[in-house]
Amino acid sequence: MTSTNHPAAPAARTVRRGLAPVPFLAPGMIYLILFMALPVGLLAFYTFFKRGRFGGIVFEFTLDNWVKLFEPLYVGVILQSIVLAGIVTLLALLIGYPMAYAIAGLSPKWRTVALVAVVLPFWTNFLIRTYAWILLLNNAGWVNQWLQGLGITDAPISMLYTPQAIVVGLLYMYLPLMVLPLYASLQQLDPSLREAATNLGATPWRAFRTVTLPLSIPGALTGCIFVFVPAMSNFVIPELIGGGKTIMVGNLVRDQFFEARDWPFGATLALLLTILLVIVIVVQTAVSRRLTEGPRRG
Amino acid sequence: MTTTRRIVAAAAGTIALAFAVSSCSSGGGDAVETLDPNADLSEQTLTVSIWADYSPEDLAEKFEAETGVKTTIVNHTTNEDIVAKLTASADSGIDVAFVSGQYAQALGEQGLLAKLDKGLIPNEENLYPEALDLAYDPGNVYSEPYAWGTTGLCYRPDLTGYDPTSWNDLLNPKPELVGKTTMLSTDRWLAEPALKAAGNSINTTDDDELAAAKEQLLKTKSTLLAYDDTTFYSKLVSGEAAMVQAWDGWCNYGIAEDPSIEFVVPEEGSDLWVDTMTVLESSKNKEAAMAFLNYILDPEVQTWVAENILYKVPNKAAMDALDPALIESYPTLGITVDELMEQEAIVDLGEDSLKYVDLNAEVLATN
Repeated sequence: MTSTNHPAAPAARTVRRGLAPVPFLAPGMIYLILFMALPVGLLAFYTFFKRGRFGGIVFEFTLDNWVKLFEPLYVGVILQSIVLAGIVTLLALLIGYPMAYAIAGLSPKWRTVALVAVVLPFWTNFLIRTYAWILLLNNAGWVNQWLQGLGITDAPISMLYTPQAIVVGLLYMYLPLMVLPLYASLQQLDPSLREAATNLGATPWRAFRTVTLPLSIPGALTGCIFVFVPAMSNFVIPELIGGGKTIMVGNLVRDQFFEARDWPFGATLALLLTILLVIVIVVQTAVSRRLTEGPRRG
Repeated sequence: MTTTRRIVAAAAGTIALAFAVSSCSSGGGDAVETLDPNADLSEQTLTVSIWADYSPEDLAEKFEAETGVKTTIVNHTTNEDIVAKLTASADSGIDVAFVSGQYAQALGEQGLLAKLDKGLIPNEENLYPEALDLAYDPGNVYSEPYAWGTTGLCYRPDLTGYDPTSWNDLLNPKPELVGKTTMLSTDRWLAEPALKAAGNSINTTDDDELAAAKEQLLKTKSTLLAYDDTTFYSKLVSGEAAMVQAWDGWCNYGIAEDPSIEFVVPEEGSDLWVDTMTVLESSKNKEAAMAFLNYILDPEVQTWVAENILYKVPNKAAMDALDPALIESYPTLGITVDELMEQEAIVDLGEDSLKYVDLNAEVLATN
């Protein structure tokens, strides 16, 4: 029996008892092999071949797809996607944290109402919500009408079809994915820890900063992953709200399959995206583990 | 009126000028397969693949009522989509496929299409003579045309303040139109304005000409509101855009909502695209397939396309029967066959088409 040196992670360790978990893991492992390892393996296999004239794969070995990946054009798009998705994630964290904190502090009845309100937009079709933003942001849209009506601006401000509009669209789309895991981690916090801090003389702000905030970081990191991963690969919002002038990795992958019919290069880009995201998740897991299980920092 | 739109009429195709000879000499067998003109069609079934919303909803029922053929209509979204399906296996289960001209040519060259038995398609006589001699398939050996058109500038005179006449009006817009224009970003249409404005062919594979086009397109990019292949006409209607690069039929969807919208084929010229019907060599119901092509070429049936999709059809009898009021409302329907024939057909460039793929990727990805 391993001992835990931190109260926040008691359950995680008790599972590791030799081969006992194998029967329990098997369904999950089979699922992973069938739906993750095999498709990704196939994707990796395709990256070493040539494109067929009408799509498909011509089985002539080549490294061209991997070389092409390092052309400045593609590196630029990848970096741009990381920056845009990163900004979206940061903003989602800044907005989502107070939201989740507030929801966790509500009475059970209102908490349910608030959570439903957070999830509700997901019940409407994603494209419809995207088009709604077009109606809001365009030159004759509501936002410009209000700004002009209130006398804040004289002429319409061009908001649609800019990188900023993409950030707004992605932020709106994925904010709930930040709020929910944050809420879950904040709600699970043992209130007695905060009480202890207060009893020992900490101000509410200090109690938040030294107790609540560090303990909610794993939830925040999970939220960041939940937002960053889909934001990186979204291609509809850059096209509809961004006007197709700023493209992200998701658009590149889509275009390779549907427009260029270059499946091998599309596969290479998709695989790269997968690798990047796996790295991000590995880092996140390591950081969370360190925070919850590692020695307490001074 | 249903202003039905196909998401990817975008892929609305194109014609191949070159390789005309090769399409005659190769393909699915030298002789037309002997079909039985008295075959019992009610014994046959038919699966037709077509772009969504590109045919009457009750087409299958009506055709079945007329001929007894049990008919299933399935949809594809793009030429690439259907071609991938047809080339993936020897028997796709599809009897009739709608594809754009250059794709019909390529499929024919690969031996995937059946030669048409003209004895079973007497309604071919309703077509314009020009529609029987299009370069991608002279004599309509493998395909019958369904709809055709061109690309140009769709604009709102009240917002532009003048009538554009040249691709340069789009490429180098007047200062007051900066941020008020859109371009198509699909396939070969992205490069078209730059190539045509420079006096080059839309089928060029010359690296210098393509490099010059790319430079121009990058310069133009900073003046655009957006690249848009699907909703450009709505941007005109809302006033978001003043002038857009548009397929003629799609400009009509804008005109349907705002009659002040106009369409012009730039003086440097444009392209001619044709959507066609083909019969698969693998089809086991060829008599029914020929009967289907014949049914579509009936003027009354094909008039539906002009009236509902607002595309011109290559069917003289159908166009002649068109209500003049419709042409009055949608002047692009009045573009004559001669005017259409003056446009340059987009040729299938084979492996060189990759140059355009790269050009598009570079223009769209560069900031």
